[in-house]
Amino acid sequence: MAARALRLLIALLAALTLASAARAERLVLSVSQPQVLITSNFTGADLVLFGVVEDRAPGDAPYDLAVTVRGPQETFVTWRKSRVLGIYVNTDSRTFVDCPAVLAVATNRPADQIADAAVLRREQIGLSRNIFLQRVGSDFADVVPDDPFRLAFLRIKAANGLYVEEPHGVTLLSPSVFRTSFHIPASAPVGTYEVSVKLFREGQMLTEAHTSVTVRKDGYGQELAAFSETHGWLYGLSVALGALLVGFCANILLRRD
Amino acid sequence: MTIYLPIAEIPVAIFTIFAMGLAVGFISGMFGVGGGFLMTPLLIFTGVPAAVAVASVSAHMAASSFSGALSYLRKGLIDLPLAGFLLAGGLAGTAAGVGTFALMRALGQVDLVIGLSYVLLLTGVGALMLVESLRFILRAWGGKTPAVRRPGTHGWFLRLPLKMRFRRSRIYVSVIPIVAIGLGIGFLGALLGVGGGFLLVPALIYLLRVPTQMSVGTSLVLTLVTMTAATILHAAFNGTVDAVLALILMVGGTLGAQFGARAGQRLKAEYLRLLLALLVLAVGLRVGFDLVRPPADPFAITQQGR
Repeated sequence: MAARALRLLIALLAALTLASAARAERLVLSVSQPQVLITSNFTGADLVLFGVVEDRAPGDAPYDLAVTVRGPQETFVTWRKSRVLGIYVNTDSRTFVDCPAVLAVATNRPADQIADAAVLRREQIGLSRNIFLQRVGSDFADVVPDDPFRLAFLRIKAANGLYVEEPHGVTLLSPSVFRTSFHIPASAPVGTYEVSVKLFREGQMLTEAHTSVTVRKDGYGQELAAFSETHGWLYGLSVALGALLVGFCANILLRRD
Repeated sequence: MTIYLPIAEIPVAIFTIFAMGLAVGFISGMFGVGGGFLMTPLLIFTGVPAAVAVASVSAHMAASSFSGALSYLRKGLIDLPLAGFLLAGGLAGTAAGVGTFALMRALGQVDLVIGLSYVLLLTGVGALMLVESLRFILRAWGGKTPAVRRPGTHGWFLRLPLKMRFRRSRIYVSVIPIVAIGLGIGFLGALLGVGGGFLLVPALIYLLRVPTQMSVGTSLVLTLVTMTAATILHAAFNGTVDAVLALILMVGGTLGAQFGARAGQRLKAEYLRLLLALLVLAVGLRVGFDLVRPPADPFAITQQGR
């Protein structure tokens, strides 16, 4: 709570200083579908994000944009197998705490051309620069980017289509209007997907804006899931009875004696 | 055509799952095994989270074993008193197995324990059955009449006190080994997430000398009761039973089981045993192969709480 208040204060102060400089860019965002409903034929959703840079000072260097979509946070364990007495077993693991289940990063050109490494790391632009907290003993910390567990985590997430990086994924339609699209894979969890857009010019971050997309279940699937959560015993009992009924019907319908 | 599974929270190809249910159902009807030891790994392979796979398969097995049990019941191929004693041990064993499972999970090596148990059990049981059925078949081919069952000549444990006559199975044995077998099957079943039919059928045939068909029918009753209980418990405590997934598996599975049961009743008992032996051995070797083969990727991600 304190951290949030502090952040708010800093943001306000930043806004004030920018305002006093009489030239502050502002981002206006619009996402094509603020709510994604998962129904029985859900195979993923493609979303389009439009944005406008307001109060643009003309004649300056072009803008750069970095769009990051972060899905609901979950805790993952990365395991490493090694050979013990001739068989391969999980011998080592790292716990990644509260990492986004889905992470999509899009920029209008490769991130290393937008700003220098220190700025990119501070603003967490790109998969490799996103902070992934690991449990280290009783403490939490991110590790060096070439840590084998961290690399494996990113590699497997990318192979499953859950972590995506597109260095040319943002299109500038005019000097101050941009568009990007991102995909919510079918295996993505339900929850709130935070979209953060950061505006750069000449290697400096000018401003940022946030919006979000809610992914939730709908239709009979949602009712079923809710019923199973609130009335576990009743749900189990009905599934068991249903199972016996299916077995009985199959036996009656298919008997041949 | 894909369908989104509301509890598993992933989309699956509906016909693939249906075909898997059909195939495993055929095998389960033919041999009277629950098919869990085939179905659960198959589902996990298609991307269903392991916990959801185990729980939903138990609902599927409840349906297909009920359908199979009804067929055997009509033909008088179920020994109900025998099933009752097995169940008494089986339910106690299930509770012990669930407790041990939780302990293993706390120690962090549950995958290894499951993998190794699968290999040892399946290859062990499979090899024993294979040798026995081959010897039987070869003896029949050699023109000699296969040895007639002589009750009372096998196993000291059958002569323990509390002897009872089981008319259907034509055996007169102590109930102590029967309850013990139920206990062991229930324990291993809960620990390995399988119904235990593939263990119970050979146990009844080889240890208690119950006729093959009667073993299959009676084991279906045990599978039916334990899997129905498992479905309810998984739903109540873990919330991992996916009704949509279970329904697809059930429809495929019960259809398959009907044809399987007919094929099984037409086959000679010794060939049925040979086929089951080969199947159990193959699955055991497959799991063993995965343990000793260098993995394509030494790393894997699991999600906490799934």
